[in-house]
Amino acid sequence: MRRTMLFLPGNTPNMLINGDVLGADSIILDLEDAVSPDEKDAARILVRNALKYQKAETCETIIRINPTESGFWMKDLDEVIPYKPHLIMPTKVDSAQVVQKVSAYIAEVEARHGMEVGKIGILPLIETALGVEQAFQIASADPRVVGLFLGGEDLTADLQCKRTKEGKEIFYSRSRIVCAARACGIEAYDTPFTDVEDSEGLVKDTKLAKSLGFSGKAVISPRHVETVNELFSPTQADIEYAHDVMDAIEEGKRQGKGVISLRGKMIDAPIVKRAQQVLEMELQMLGGVSIE
Amino acid sequence: MNKLRETLREAIVEAGVKDGMTISFHHHLRNGDYVLNMVLEEIAALGIHDLTVNASSIFDVHEPIIEHLKNKVVTGLEVNYMGGKVGRAITEGIMEKPVIFRSHGGRAGDMENGSSKVDVAFIAAPCADDMGNLSGKYGPSACGSMGYAFSDAMYADKVVAVTDHLEAYPLADVSIPEGYVDMVVCVDKIGEASRIVSGTTRITKDPVGLRIAYLAAQVVKHSGYLKDGFSFQTGAGGASLAVAKYVEEMMEKEHIQGSFCMGGITGYLVSMMKKGLFKTILDVQCFDMEAIESIRDNANHQEISATRYASPQAKSCAVDSLDVVILGATQVDLDFNVNVHTDSQGYIMGGSGGHCDTAAGSKLSIVVAPLIRARLPLIVDEVLCKSTPGETVDVIVTQRGIAVNPKRTELKELLVKAGLPVKEIKELKEIAEAITGVPQQVKPEGRVVAKVLYRDGVEIDTIKSVK
Amino acid sequence: MKIVKNAVAGTLESSDIFIRVEPSEQLEIDIESVVKDQYYKAIYQAVDEVLKEFQVANGKFSINDRGALDCVIRARMETAVKRGGEC
Repeated sequence: MRRTMLFLPGNTPNMLINGDVLGADSIILDLEDAVSPDEKDAARILVRNALKYQKAETCETIIRINPTESGFWMKDLDEVIPYKPHLIMPTKVDSAQVVQKVSAYIAEVEARHGMEVGKIGILPLIETALGVEQAFQIASADPRVVGLFLGGEDLTADLQCKRTKEGKEIFYSRSRIVCAARACGIEAYDTPFTDVEDSEGLVKDTKLAKSLGFSGKAVISPRHVETVNELFSPTQADIEYAHDVMDAIEEGKRQGKGVISLRGKMIDAPIVKRAQQVLEMELQMLGGVSIE
Repeated sequence: MNKLRETLREAIVEAGVKDGMTISFHHHLRNGDYVLNMVLEEIAALGIHDLTVNASSIFDVHEPIIEHLKNKVVTGLEVNYMGGKVGRAITEGIMEKPVIFRSHGGRAGDMENGSSKVDVAFIAAPCADDMGNLSGKYGPSACGSMGYAFSDAMYADKVVAVTDHLEAYPLADVSIPEGYVDMVVCVDKIGEASRIVSGTTRITKDPVGLRIAYLAAQVVKHSGYLKDGFSFQTGAGGASLAVAKYVEEMMEKEHIQGSFCMGGITGYLVSMMKKGLFKTILDVQCFDMEAIESIRDNANHQEISATRYASPQAKSCAVDSLDVVILGATQVDLDFNVNVHTDSQGYIMGGSGGHCDTAAGSKLSIVVAPLIRARLPLIVDEVLCKSTPGETVDVIVTQRGIAVNPKRTELKELLVKAGLPVKEIKELKEIAEAITGVPQQVKPEGRVVAKVLYRDGVEIDTIKSVK
Repeated sequence: MKIVKNAVAGTLESSDIFIRVEPSEQLEIDIESVVKDQYYKAIYQAVDEVLKEFQVANGKFSINDRGALDCVIRARMETAVKRGGEC
């Protein structure tokens, strides 16, 4: 469950120490844009030590590494891989080859440290026009890929259009990402809403992302976590309905019925699948603070 | 009868201030107060020595008192709160006689029962008439409520009002009436307006503070007290205000009609009252301009004295009717005792104020604080100063978990059932120390530099000097 | 490693630590900290272990700690050593 993925700057000790208590399902420790080029070395060592000594227990840890055309990305992986972050987020991914290159190097580091190869996942950040057009190839490039993550800011620059709060300019890209991800049976995650003060805008943008099929959304401010979590969580009614569906199926099985209906509607495979997903999320949500 | 005196010096002489006496001040002008410094300067110039100053609070603006302490003009100090600058000098041992710390309720109570005697009270009055009717609501140095000054006016032998805004007799809207006041002095300025109140008080943006506030609000919600008739007190600090924000959202959503809110009043609480979430505000102190405007214009926003707020000597006081209070802490120990007097090194930088009063009176007292501040864990084996006894503290809320006083078994069950991260206080200590490493114990072992009296006037702890 | 040039690492923000390193024949370590009373030994130990790990035997280290956790102290020390040193 990644309703929220919270970006934290990689070179700020205070944020790294408290990142796991801010309510996000995942935290993204950022070695890329949040760190200036002359501090890359310091951030890399700090993030590695945070993984080594202060591993977050209540949420997943994702490391955003520098682009493969930069001189930094292999050093980034050298430092962090031995301490087993859950996911690596390569940036500016515009082809299957980029994912494969990163995956191969992760495997090399894993092997070097006697680790089981293939345990660490990849969540590619797609933020170029080429990347969007290659979405399906990227999604199916490597078994490590767990989802696709759309980055709207760099993308609009590449598309040569203005990034707006309404987001019409990235509508196609959002849909394409979701479709490519779902076609490969993996997750899709939406770009963050960048106006920290605009809570109404955040709600609108998050509702839109959910309606398009995204599984969650990145956030750049801890203050956005609660809203996004809430909107990507099943409602109480959803949960009750899911329980009813599963109960009806159990009951149907006992009675040996072939066709099962609930509230006058036939329960078919998609409804069951959806109910299972809702119950899975309920289970995970019960692990933390109750969300209303 | 003429109560108006030309100069402060004239009033001091006529009031009969002499060696060995006790003079008092209130702190409504907070860090913008000129009056305490002004009076002590005149007294020093008159060659008077060996005074005891009973000030409801000492702030950093009162730093000049350190010179008067060195020169033995002032040899006794009694306060409810002391800021870090004077606090440091005290902790380093500048005074021979220990400072006496009381709570807001305790100070009023001790004046009422005569155990704390004041010879001359100097009352900073933002607005006055020439017969000594006083108000804090008007004038260039307006501070709103004058709640802490009432007991000084009522129980001191002589009362001198110091104002910078004189109105024609009779003042229309009076807080302290003329019957208590002996003399009135008009000076150029009694305070620095921008330091008396803040423009607007803002909710914290610190993500950890917000997380703590969110969890504290969840505790309020699931405690069972959040229902019609709910009463609430929170401080004016950024994190406390954030709790108010979350409580406001829950009250609106559930259509809850509260009864009163109290404490340091800010525009935030005023807007909650205006929305109808609370029937009335009981205001012993205003913290911003909006609160001052409201207490002036809105009949539902009442000024209350420290006695009505929290005096244990009164037949009843408002804290006894309080449901929930949100409080801070620099340290908490395994017995839930709270330190708000010193920092982790033992230097004085605060005081009880209304902390122990509200903890004792309220049905639910919640302490909110980060589990770790700059590597220092909040939870310690034993607090350096027992400001508020653990028996009166119900819940500790940190970003990494909530500890419930073992006395409150039902409350604990409610919070566990609600899915909140409830932990034993010992567990919270271990969680913190797993992150920070176990700190070496710091325990000042010098002579006693301050005595802390509980709200009933009985000594609860002492503070020792730091080398 | 040998410290051959001036370098700095970290910041003076709360929970961070600022380290300045300069070439020097001897090893000199000066530690200032807001939590000196509680954690001086722990800070010294972390600093010392990083120096040993990278076999640093010279250099003047001026350290100003703002309540950094052990892992932060070690990270900033390593950064300072790598920036100011050569093998």
